[in-house]
Amino acid sequence: MSQELMLDLRDIHKSFFIGTPNEFEVLHGLNFTVNKGEFVSIVGQSGSGKSTLMNIIGALDRPTAGEYNLDGVDIEKAKDNELSAIRNKKIGFVFQTYNLIARTTALKNVELPMMYAGVGRGEREERAKHLLEEVGMSDRMMHKPDELSGGQKQRVAIARAMANDPAIILADEPTGALDSATGRLIMDIFHRLHEEQGKTIVLITHSPELSKETQRIITLKDGTITGESTGNWSGLNRKEEA
Amino acid sequence: MLFSENILVALAGLRANIMRSLLTMLGIIIGIASVIAIMTVGNSITVMVNETMQGLGANNIQMGINYKPQEEDVSESGMDFGDGYMRAVTDEDLISQDMLDAFQEKYKDKIQYILLEERVANSTVTIGKNSANIQIVGYNKDNIDFMDIDMVDGRKFLARDYADAKNVCMVSDKFVERLYDGDTSKALGTMVDVPINGDYHSYYIVGVYEYVPDQFSFGDANNPTTTFYLPLSTAREETHNQGKGYEWLTLVTTIDTDNDSFSEEVRDYFNMTFYAKNDAFEIQVINMESMMDSMNTMINTIQLALSVIAGISLVVGGIGVMNIMLVSITERTKEIGTRKALGATNGSIRLQFITESVVICVIGGIIGIILGIALGSLAMKVMGYQAAISVSSIVIAVGFSMAIGIFFGYYPANKAAQLNPIDALRYE
Ligand SMILES: Nc1ncnc2c1ncn2[C@@H]1O[C@H](COP(=O)(O)OP(=O)(O)OP(=O)(O)O)[C@@H](O)[C@H]1O
Ligand SMILES: [Mg+2]
Repeated sequence: MSQELMLDLRDIHKSFFIGTPNEFEVLHGLNFTVNKGEFVSIVGQSGSGKSTLMNIIGALDRPTAGEYNLDGVDIEKAKDNELSAIRNKKIGFVFQTYNLIARTTALKNVELPMMYAGVGRGEREERAKHLLEEVGMSDRMMHKPDELSGGQKQRVAIARAMANDPAIILADEPTGALDSATGRLIMDIFHRLHEEQGKTIVLITHSPELSKETQRIITLKDGTITGESTGNWSGLNRKEEA
Repeated sequence: MLFSENILVALAGLRANIMRSLLTMLGIIIGIASVIAIMTVGNSITVMVNETMQGLGANNIQMGINYKPQEEDVSESGMDFGDGYMRAVTDEDLISQDMLDAFQEKYKDKIQYILLEERVANSTVTIGKNSANIQIVGYNKDNIDFMDIDMVDGRKFLARDYADAKNVCMVSDKFVERLYDGDTSKALGTMVDVPINGDYHSYYIVGVYEYVPDQFSFGDANNPTTTFYLPLSTAREETHNQGKGYEWLTLVTTIDTDNDSFSEEVRDYFNMTFYAKNDAFEIQVINMESMMDSMNTMINTIQLALSVIAGISLVVGGIGVMNIMLVSITERTKEIGTRKALGATNGSIRLQFITESVVICVIGGIIGIILGIALGSLAMKVMGYQAAISVSSIVIAVGFSMAIGIFFGYYPANKAAQLNPIDALRYE
């Protein structure tokens, strides 16, 4: 049974300071694919190029060389505005540092991607409320980021990532700044999104335990993929572990 | 939709940094306030001047005798300095009643009134301990009719008062208040003795009119100088001018007369018919309407020049806004990166920051307008005049501050829009 591909990266290179004496390559020709509905984790030492790879997957940055296809779209050929639309509709970002917009409420933060997508005010607000409810934040909707704890902020950020019902969620160390109990809570939300809504999820983490919860683990070392292993993922397992 | 969200975001940003926002707006506030203040003062003066001139009669034509321009004639002794050769006015040079009669006959459907007056003197009338200041002026019937005087009691002059130069007068209610305890029935029909150049002259009071103080009346408000009306002929007897012509007079034209062309017609008529042979004098005609126009143009020019100077501070203010926008964009680089990650296009980032800059400028502009109107009104109050707010200048000021916001916001906003999303996200 042939699986449909969500991500297809071929011979991806990324260099910085191109054309200067400081030029150096961070990613040395990566090849890998992610199927639709897969929950994959990327692990590796600090500086191995995980975030650099994630930025390329997220259409925030372009590879120096290589081919990248996201859900059937040729990313190297897309124009800036097309990339904006892809980030807006197909991708949901979750950052280690939450990156909520200061001075606006949790609700408005969740509405933001829908606003850029041109969703009408009423529909926007209704969906944002629903999403915040799903992450257990309905009682904090009118709070501003500086009035929320780290775990609460990250839950708002996940609700925001889900705003336009993206095909894939990209999370770069989403639990990196949280204690293990709160991290657990966040991971449970990802599992739920994966199992109940069939979302494709790519997770970067430093924690071996968390990576083992996923279906597949990709190990990066100095800009090269050095290993791929299957995780211990199973819906039932997860609940026993918790 | 996105636009109103942007305004809300901008307002939230301003509120979070009230002091900085105010300082940023200061340049705009001062610039707009000074332009509006200048406009308010200028507008008030224009209104005042126009009202005054309207009072003098906007559809009036003033005419009088004036020296003929001297031909450039250089004698052996050198330059001829005009005035040295000009002779004094003689009775023959004046505009005679015969000329006026012929003129009025010819243009009777264009002339409504011919206003003639004779100023006699200023004087003070004393009865017992009380006194009243007066200016004694004689008017012809046309003039009295034209002035539309409100009578309190008694009557205006009759045809025979003018014709026979009767010693009758009309006095103000103020005059009656001071000399007859305000009892008009006591004043009417009495003879009042008026000192004129050392001699006493007696006039019979036939009417009392309502005194209306005008804005130019100076001196004691309790004892203002009110007009003591005489028939023109009576006044001219007083000044020994009876039978003589007039140096100047005023024409009031009918509604549908075009004063510009009629002024020229009057001048040509008089100069060709009566003054062609006169060696020194001719008739000069001044059209109040065109005088008012040139006066307004002058005020507007001065006003514009001052506004342009004040407007320079707007440019300085605009640069201040641009500066703070650049700072704000640097501070919010990460936010810009996040917005881009969430799908904001370059265009929507640009729009967001231009909106922010426009909001700053428009709020500054509105504060400036309020301040400017207050300042301008205060200035007019100090000068003792009514302030007239110029609505068009308010509309222009709002539009202008928006334009400044767009102009000086564009560069920072564009800079924000062009940021590479990943560089912005990684910014510490
Ligand atoms: N924009 C950039 N300009 C220059 N060098 C960069 C840039 N982004 C990443 N690098 C370099 O690329 C290398 C990989 O960085 P990356 O952030 O991808 O590492 P990482 O695996 O995410 O590390 P960590 O686990 O600490 O987050 C590092 O040496 C870093 O200095
Ligand atoms: Mg990283």
